[in-house]
Amino acid sequence: MTIEKIAISMALKKILPNVQKPGRYFGGELNQVRKEWNSVTTRMALVFPDIYDIGVPNLGIMILYELINSRTDTLCERAYLPWLDMESAMRENEIPLYTLESKTPLSDFDIVGFTLPYETLYTNVLNALDLAHIPLHTQDRSDSEPIIIAGGHAAYNPEPMAPFIDAFVIGEGEEVIHEIIDTVQTSKKRGDSRSITLRALQKLSGVYVPSLYTPIYNSDHTLKSIQPAFDDLPKRITKRICAKLPDPPTKFIVPSIEVVHNRIAMEIMRGCTRGCRFCHAGMVNRPVRERTVDSIVKSLEKSLKNTGYEEIALLSLSSSDYTHIGELTEKIVEKFSERKLTISLPSLRIESFSIDLMEKLKGSRQGGFTLAPEAATDRMRNAINKPIQAEQLLSTAREIYSRGWQSIKLYFMIGQPGETMEDVQAIADLSKKVIVEGRKTIGKRANLHVGVSTFVPKPHTPFQWATLDSLPSVLEKQNLLKDQLRGPGMRMTWSNPRETILEAALSRGDRRLADVIETAWRKGAKFEAWQDQFNYNAWMDAFDAHGISIDFYTSRPRSMDEVFPWDHINPGVSRRYLLAEYQKSLNGDLTSDCRGDCHACGILPEFNTLRSLNPGELWLCPEVN
Amino acid sequence: MQRVRLIYSRGEELLYVGNLDMHKIWERTFRRASLKLAYSQGFHPQPRIHQACPLPLGFTSSNEVVDFWLDSDEPLSEIQQEIEEVIQPGITILQLTNIEINAAPLQTLVSAAEYMIDFVEPFDADELRSNVTALLSKDSCMRERRGKQYDLLPLIQKIEVTESPQLAIKMTLVTLPGATGRPEEVLDELSIPITSVNIDRKQILFTSDL
Repeated sequence: MTIEKIAISMALKKILPNVQKPGRYFGGELNQVRKEWNSVTTRMALVFPDIYDIGVPNLGIMILYELINSRTDTLCERAYLPWLDMESAMRENEIPLYTLESKTPLSDFDIVGFTLPYETLYTNVLNALDLAHIPLHTQDRSDSEPIIIAGGHAAYNPEPMAPFIDAFVIGEGEEVIHEIIDTVQTSKKRGDSRSITLRALQKLSGVYVPSLYTPIYNSDHTLKSIQPAFDDLPKRITKRICAKLPDPPTKFIVPSIEVVHNRIAMEIMRGCTRGCRFCHAGMVNRPVRERTVDSIVKSLEKSLKNTGYEEIALLSLSSSDYTHIGELTEKIVEKFSERKLTISLPSLRIESFSIDLMEKLKGSRQGGFTLAPEAATDRMRNAINKPIQAEQLLSTAREIYSRGWQSIKLYFMIGQPGETMEDVQAIADLSKKVIVEGRKTIGKRANLHVGVSTFVPKPHTPFQWATLDSLPSVLEKQNLLKDQLRGPGMRMTWSNPRETILEAALSRGDRRLADVIETAWRKGAKFEAWQDQFNYNAWMDAFDAHGISIDFYTSRPRSMDEVFPWDHINPGVSRRYLLAEYQKSLNGDLTSDCRGDCHACGILPEFNTLRSLNPGELWLCPEVN
Repeated sequence: MQRVRLIYSRGEELLYVGNLDMHKIWERTFRRASLKLAYSQGFHPQPRIHQACPLPLGFTSSNEVVDFWLDSDEPLSEIQQEIEEVIQPGITILQLTNIEINAAPLQTLVSAAEYMIDFVEPFDADELRSNVTALLSKDSCMRERRGKQYDLLPLIQKIEVTESPQLAIKMTLVTLPGATGRPEEVLDELSIPITSVNIDRKQILFTSDL
């Protein structure tokens, strides 16, 4: 151990007795991987830019942690952001952000990787870099400083974070992470400068080095183009996918303290064939690839043996659509029913088959049953491409109540393009009908929780051209629902409309927003994902300070041919398809599930070779020759 | 059915793990070991695991005790081996014994605990001795904890200062429901900052032999 690491351990002893939940900052969990620092040539730190409690269960980090540590030439450790009390103790005692495994400062690593699952973590990334004493801007980093990489869903529009990140991973990380490590390793051996290393990284497919690309703007501040610095650089960066889903992680870190999810997370399928037009995940995670029942069950067995967990979550964007869902639940029950496990199956379709599935998995009907109709009128359902008949929702709800569940949670979304007050009123009416069904079936025990989120237009979706609903309109809609969705057995939750505005601006932001993010952070903004920490004023001040109007990003109408800041990032789904879907939405036309019927979203031509090398059931796309 | 009493030590890895979390750690350890845990009756059956006495955050321990019930009748050596293969970092098993199924609950047998306190920052030995003497010669030592007044002195059974191999304090404190002596409160009376010491619970003392 270096003196510095010993110093961090010693200092922790002094400060941890005085912070809340000190177990967050100490590591030592079951299944953490400790490797001798000098036994490897490359050292990587993975950072989840929120606190331990949120970060530990993150599946992306777990996947990469296990993969990277499976290399004998590389070690991988973890870091999370300290909560406010620990942050001030660390700053006071000059403790840099360190990894839990060996208490090493992040700045000692060769690569530091951030996961960016959502935009409200951006200020936390800056805070993490600052706490780690690593320069915020890629241009200010010296050759000896780590390469800062980032990936995850938010990285599909990397521009707002471009000045802070050396290289983004676009798409799935399981394969490209090894290429990144190899590249950095070779560069290090050769003693390459930072800029040469970054050029080498840009050669990897699925990697975007933003400092090698310059945005050019029109006089109205819209984007003209993004110019590569060299002729041999690709004009567009195509996302990476794994043709065959790799084996899932089975050596989950088991935290010694309670965190948000204490469970085995098993991804049964990646992608979704439904094509809901608001859904970012549904667009960027194509093609749909499934794991086999056998491999899922085997991995679950291993994971249970490795963790001792009592809960399993079977994750996917739409569980009911997993081809062998019936067989899978049967096998799971057969194998594991003796172990008294809790098994959750989120994202079920609104139909009685879903209740059969849940019934099979759950011994006792604790907890509620969640359904996401999103909209309550046919017009809106057609606009968002999520057609569910009201009668089907009601009969499913009736059945849920009658088969032993007392509580149902319904998710709706307001603010989608074209929505009127009548559509919002319909949400209230439908919810009231559901609770009436509940009362008819099980009387006063019936509960209904209505979660109402506000639609945020996301890049790479058919709604990337849409405007964000205005604040007065959102407030009016929320008030209507708040007024009506009350009474015995009913509860409604909604999202803070100001948080929605910020999320919307960051989602479709350009590189000019980087200054705003930095200024907001300097003015104290961090932990945006925590409602009680959300600092709207700091953000508004930051927009003002740079003379940038937030409306430009949120409520400005975009023309069909506008160049978007994320257009040079290619998720495989073509802009032409997205635009056609947007127009169908405006016309109220539906697009069917692409499982039976390919709608030529662009994935197949883009990944033609991969598909032909991986024929059959592995992908849900049609075969290619 | 079998009831097993397990004696173990807790190292640095578990310094900041509270009692409920420790319970979960045992539950998961037993699951990993594929032991046939016996469950409580009722609507939400829980595995039957009883810990003797919570260890405060920030302490290590040389001697912790936990009881668990199994729907099996396995030799202890096998159980020990199965647990050791999947043991939580920081735990060392010291001993396993079979206990009568209906023997008294562990928690009701605890009477006192012995702590060993080492200094990580130098402290003057003479000053320490005189602070201890001064404390023990008081008639009472009223303190407040969570808004309640109490006398610390009768909770102290013994304090010893040793200097070999290095300066350390050994203290035995009463550990009964509603009357628990806390080492950090004693240290405070002795003017020793909690952040300058390591505290190890050497032993839990029971009213009867285990």
